Amino acid sequence: MSFNLAKLLEKQKKNILELWMKNQLSDEGLREDLISNEELRSQSEELVSSIVANLGKSDVSNLDDESWSPVIEILGGIAITRARQGFSPRETGRFVFSLKEALLEVLQKEITNDPALLFQESVKINKLMDNLSIVTFETFIKGREEVILRQTDEIAEISTPVIRVWDGILALPIIGTLDSQRTQIVMENLLQEIVETGSSIAILDISGVPAVDSLVAQHLIKTVSATRLMGAECIISGIRPEIAQTVVHLGIDLSSIITKASLASALAYAFKSLKLEVRKQSLNTNHRQHG
Amino acid sequence: MILSLSKDNIEVVREQDVVLLRNRVKEVAVKIKMGLLNQTKLITAASELVRNMLRYGNGGTCLIEVVSRGRDNGVRLTFSDQGPGIADIGQAMRDGFSTGKSLGLGLPGSKRLVNEFDIKSKVGEGTTVMILKWANG
Amino acid sequence: MGNFLLVTIQVDLYDRLALNLEADLVQMVNKTGAKGVLIDISAVSIVDSFMGRIIGNIASMSKILDAETVVVGMQPAVAITLIELGLPLKGVQTALNVERGMDLLKTMIDESPIEDEQEYPEDDPFAQ
Repeated sequence: MSFNLAKLLEKQKKNILELWMKNQLSDEGLREDLISNEELRSQSEELVSSIVANLGKSDVSNLDDESWSPVIEILGGIAITRARQGFSPRETGRFVFSLKEALLEVLQKEITNDPALLFQESVKINKLMDNLSIVTFETFIKGREEVILRQTDEIAEISTPVIRVWDGILALPIIGTLDSQRTQIVMENLLQEIVETGSSIAILDISGVPAVDSLVAQHLIKTVSATRLMGAECIISGIRPEIAQTVVHLGIDLSSIITKASLASALAYAFKSLKLEVRKQSLNTNHRQHG
Repeated sequence: MILSLSKDNIEVVREQDVVLLRNRVKEVAVKIKMGLLNQTKLITAASELVRNMLRYGNGGTCLIEVVSRGRDNGVRLTFSDQGPGIADIGQAMRDGFSTGKSLGLGLPGSKRLVNEFDIKSKVGEGTTVMILKWANG
Repeated sequence: MGNFLLVTIQVDLYDRLALNLEADLVQMVNKTGAKGVLIDISAVSIVDSFMGRIIGNIASMSKILDAETVVVGMQPAVAITLIELGLPLKGVQTALNVERGMDLLKTMIDESPIEDEQEYPEDDPFAQ
């Protein structure tokens, strides 16, 4: 058989690209806000060239073959960039699917007198493009996962600041839910800071924790016990009435922990146990007075 | 899917081997850039299990593997002995249960320190305990 | 160190060494009449349940011999691991470092001068 799909497409490369660009640009979902037309064209051109160039030398049905890796690399690169730029899966999918449409359209125009051949070659193109779509989606999702992972790390980092409120007193406000991973980070940061500052009292403020169930309570108890092992004391503050209620209703025993309603009263307790005194300046003196 | 990247077998017969094994585990954990806390947890769990193996199984072997799953790397340890085996694993996994005079924290405690834990035992044939800790898990 | 004993553990102990330490230390408490024992574990990177039990034992045994034990300098990773393992070392006093440990021991044995301590050891109730 003399028909050569690769050669045909190579000849029609320009046509394919134009058709594809037309498809893409006419699509309502085109994200001109995220990608410029020039960039879109250069991405598309690169991909078409590499696919067409590869068709001649590689097995269309086997994407695992080494020779396909340049195509997959280009496609993967595009998918990952799109995931990071905030394209939706549908928009990313359209990118590949509209190429398939363009390829099939060209094929249909070129093979006019042999329906069997047209069918055979269309199936080939279909199969290839379907496999490439799968690759695109896999990479797209991987890109999104990376974004999520990075954000998770960032949140974990910014959400556990350890504050030195006084010489020897640390405070750690917890905002959001306390799961086991977060507890781990809280404990690590707190204990490390205790060592570095030589602090003997740590205040864990849970005003920003929406709810305390038995699991969260367990995490709190763990943190307190670990602090104690280091030779420092840990006070839990910011306990709202609702939290006190649920704690008792759930039968959680917090009796081994020093708890205070507010950060202020925890601080007062800390001052007392460090034998520090904070007093108001007497009214008839104008200059500052320490004490 | 979890792939095994390297394997190393260590015989444990004397109590001095406990420290030796801990050092080997540490080397491997450092190599895959495991954080200090996770290292400490892994080595402590290994220490508990190797002691168990010496006390109840008359020693045995420990297989140290570096494993990977996608972008995660981890350390997998498999402790096998030909000791008397454990009749009731459920009971052995409970906190504070011990047939010896230890604290009974070895098995349940180790499980809490790692990401994956598996125990198989047959009375009269021996016990195999597998633990796995991911570098950032 | 006056009436305190300071023990610094420098290496990861294997079992027999740890048991020896337990025996030696209790002997020393008895021989010197020390009122306090400081165990510095800042150089110890792994404390498993065996090691934890030895520390607990030393504390309990010293207590019977009328001496207080304070464990100082535990590393953060060790503390977190012990808690996860289920070994909070209840009954063992802790302090951040040797200096703080000494302060704690002093308050625990009521800050009395040595002579006083030795004159009325039985009548002296613990302050805390």
